[in-house]
Amino acid sequence: MTSQIIFAGFGGQGILFSGKFLAYNGLIAGKYLSWLPSYGPEMRGGTANCSVILSDTPVGSPIVTYPDMLVVMNNPSLDKYEDAVVPGGKIFVDSSLIERKVKRTDVDVFYVPATAMAAENGLDTLANMILVGKLIKESGIVDFSSVDAVLDKIVSAKRAELKAFNKQALQMGYNYQG
Amino acid sequence: MTTVFDRPHALKDVALHYCPGCTHGIIHRLVAQAIDELGIEGRSVGIASVGCSVLTYNYFNVDMIQAAHGRAPAVATGVKRAYPDNIVFTYQGDGDLAAIGTAETVHSAARGENITVIFVNNAIYGMTGGQMAPTSLPGQVTQTSPYGRDVKTVGYPVRVCELLREVDGAAYLERVAVNDVKNVKNAARAIKKAFQYQMEGKGFSLIEILSTCPTNWGFTPDKALEWLEQNMIPYYPLGVYKDKYAEKEAE
Amino acid sequence: MAEKVLMKGNEAIAEAALMAGCRHYFGYPITPQTELTAYMAKRLPKMDGVFLQAESELAAINMVIGVSAAGKRVMTSSSSPGISLKGEGLSYLAGCDLPAFVVNVQRGGPGLGGIQPSQSDYFQATRGTHGDYRTIVLAPDSVQEMVSLTIKGFELADKYRMTAMLLADGTLGQMMEPVSLDQGEIVTFEKPWAANGTKMQRPNNIINSLSLIPEELEQWNLTRFKRYDIVEQNEVMYEEYMMEDAEICLVSFGITARVSKNAIAEARAKGIKAGMIRPITLWPFPKKPLLAAAQKVKAFVTVEMNMGQMIEDVELATRCLKPVISCTRCGGVIPSPNDVMAAIDKACEIGGAAK
Repeated sequence: MTSQIIFAGFGGQGILFSGKFLAYNGLIAGKYLSWLPSYGPEMRGGTANCSVILSDTPVGSPIVTYPDMLVVMNNPSLDKYEDAVVPGGKIFVDSSLIERKVKRTDVDVFYVPATAMAAENGLDTLANMILVGKLIKESGIVDFSSVDAVLDKIVSAKRAELKAFNKQALQMGYNYQG
Repeated sequence: MTTVFDRPHALKDVALHYCPGCTHGIIHRLVAQAIDELGIEGRSVGIASVGCSVLTYNYFNVDMIQAAHGRAPAVATGVKRAYPDNIVFTYQGDGDLAAIGTAETVHSAARGENITVIFVNNAIYGMTGGQMAPTSLPGQVTQTSPYGRDVKTVGYPVRVCELLREVDGAAYLERVAVNDVKNVKNAARAIKKAFQYQMEGKGFSLIEILSTCPTNWGFTPDKALEWLEQNMIPYYPLGVYKDKYAEKEAE
Repeated sequence: MAEKVLMKGNEAIAEAALMAGCRHYFGYPITPQTELTAYMAKRLPKMDGVFLQAESELAAINMVIGVSAAGKRVMTSSSSPGISLKGEGLSYLAGCDLPAFVVNVQRGGPGLGGIQPSQSDYFQATRGTHGDYRTIVLAPDSVQEMVSLTIKGFELADKYRMTAMLLADGTLGQMMEPVSLDQGEIVTFEKPWAANGTKMQRPNNIINSLSLIPEELEQWNLTRFKRYDIVEQNEVMYEEYMMEDAEICLVSFGITARVSKNAIAEARAKGIKAGMIRPITLWPFPKKPLLAAAQKVKAFVTVEMNMGQMIEDVELATRCLKPVISCTRCGGVIPSPNDVMAAIDKACEIGGAAK
C-alpha cells in the first residue's frame, strides 16, 4: 500500500508543515516515507507545495506526479494539479478560498471551508490542519490516536499552547460533515 | 669571544634565491629574529604566498603552508581557528595582498582575525618579471605600464594601511621601510610588536614594509634604496596607522 | 539500531559530519544547500566548534585548506556555481595532498543556471580543475546514504589524503526521509605531516604544491597516482539492483536512480527484464561490474539530470560492447518514470530484448 499526497497553496498557509505532520505520522507508524518541498526564492506569499509518500515498501522516487490525494488551498493549485490526480483519488478543497468546483467526476471531492472555520474559532493560521484532519478521516492512512505523539515531535515544547490549537483544528476537520 | 650577531634559529641556514640587493632577505631575518626573541618557533605556522616570496617555506624553520595567490589570510584563518595557540603569520607581496587577495585581506582584518600579516610592498610584480602592481606609483614604468602608470586609465595605487585603518577589526597597522639602518631597526620593532599582539590575543595586525626590487626597477641596489626613499616614502608615509590598544591607553 | 528520525538531506549531511568528528565548517550561502550551512551555524558553537561564514567561496575553501593543513577534520559545502569558485582550492588540496570533505548540492547550469536540482556537475566533480588529480566522488541516493557516505567521505579523505566530494542534488538536499544516525565506530588517522607547530620536537613540516623542478613535480604526481590506483582497487562502491536476469541494464546515480527504480518496477510488470547498476562512487567508477554486465545484457540505459555526462564513462567501461541509450532531462527538470520507460522501450528495440 502506497499513498502519494500533494499539498499545495500559498507560502505562509502551512503547506509544508501539513506535509511534515503527515510524514511524522508515517515515521511513528514505522512506514517508509518521503517528504519533498518545492523550494524557491519566494519565502512567503508565493506558491508552495510539497509531496509526501507513505508506503509499506521502500520509496522509489520522492517526486509525486500522479497523487492519490490532493489538498489545495488556492485556485492556481487546483488548476495545476486537478488533472494529475489518479482516477478514484481524493481532492480536499479549502472552499473558503477556492470558489469553483472540481471538474473531475472520477474522484471523491471534499469541500471544507477551512479558512473560515479557523477564523471563527480563533485558529487563524491553522486552516491547513483542519484540512489534514479531514484527510485523516476520509483516507484512514494514519490513526487519529497518534496525533498527540506527532505534535509532541514537531511542535516546540516552548510553545505548548500551539499543540492544543493544532489538535483542536485537526479534530474540527476530522468531525466536519460538509 | 662573545657572539654579537648570528643567524636566528628560526631562519634556516640555506642560500636564499632572491636577486642581489633585494630586501626580502632583511625582512626574513627580522621575522625570524622576532620569532626567536619571543620564543615562539615551536608554535609558529607561516603561510607563504605567491610571488617572489613563494619559496619562504624553504627558509623559515617553522611549519609552513604554501597558499594560492592572494589566499594566505584565508589559509591563516583556518590554521588559527584550528589551533588558536599557534602563532600564525602570512608573508605576502603587493600583488598577492592588494590585488588578487584584496577580499581576503580586508575580511580577515574585518573579522579581527588574530593573525600577523607581513606585507612586503615593492611596487611591482617581481617574480613574473616586473609588471605593474596595485602599489606601483603614478608614472612608474613597468613591463605592463611601459609608458608609465597612467592613473586616468589604470587608476591609483592602493594604500593598504590607510584602507585598513577604517576597518574596525584591525588592531595594529604600521608602515615601515628597510632602506636604511634606522628604518630597519624600526621595522624589527614593529614586526615583533605585531607578533606580541597576536600572542596577547589582540587581533589582526599588518606590517607593511616598503621594500626594493633593484632587478625589475632597473637600478643598482644602492640606487634602489635611494629611489624607495625619494619616491615610495612620500607616497606611502611611514608610521603607525592604527594601534587600537595605544589608543585605548591614550584614552 | 537507533530510533529513526526525519531529516532533510542537507541537515543529515551536517549531522553526519559532526558525528564524523568534524568541528570546523566554512561556507557561503547558496540555494539549495543553505540548510546545511544554517545547521552548522546552530550546532558548532555549542560544541566548541568553529562555524565561519566566509566572505567568498574562495575564502571558504582556503580556510578549509588551513584547517586541513593543521591536521583537523574540516568541510565546506556549496552548490554548483559556488563549487566552480572553489575549484582553485580543490586543485591546491590535491597538490598539497590534503584531506577535505566537500559537498555539492547541485543545481542547474551553466552560469547562474537555476536553483532546481541537477546532476550537471558530473564532469566537474569527476574531472576537476587544473592539474592531474583525482577526487573521490560519492553519490548518495537517499537521506540515509547522505549520512553514511558523509562519514565514509571523511574517512576516505583522511586515509588517502585527498578530497572526498559528496555529490548530491537539490532534491536530495531538500527532501526528508527517516534516517538512523547509528553509524558505528568513527575511523580516524594520525597526521604526523600536519603544520601545527614543531613544538621544537621535530623538523618543520611543509605543506606545498609548488616545485620548480620538472622531474620532482613529475615524481610527486607519480606517487600521488600510485595512491589513486589503490583507491581504484579498494574503494569502488555500487549497488546492483535486479541484475540477476536483467537484459536491460539501467545505469544511474543519485536521485535519478530512485526514479529508475520506479521505472524498473513498471518495466518488469510489462515483462521487460530490467535491472540497474547504481554507481555510488562516481570516481572510482565501477568499471568492472559494468564490463561484466556488458557480457550479459542486451543494452544499457543511462539516466541522468544533465545532457549526458556519465554516459561517457559507461561507454568507456563497457567498451561499447552493447548499445547505450541516454535518458536525460536538464535545467532543473527531473526525469519522470515515463521518460525512463520510453528509454527502456527504445533499448529493448535496439538491443533486441524481450518485450
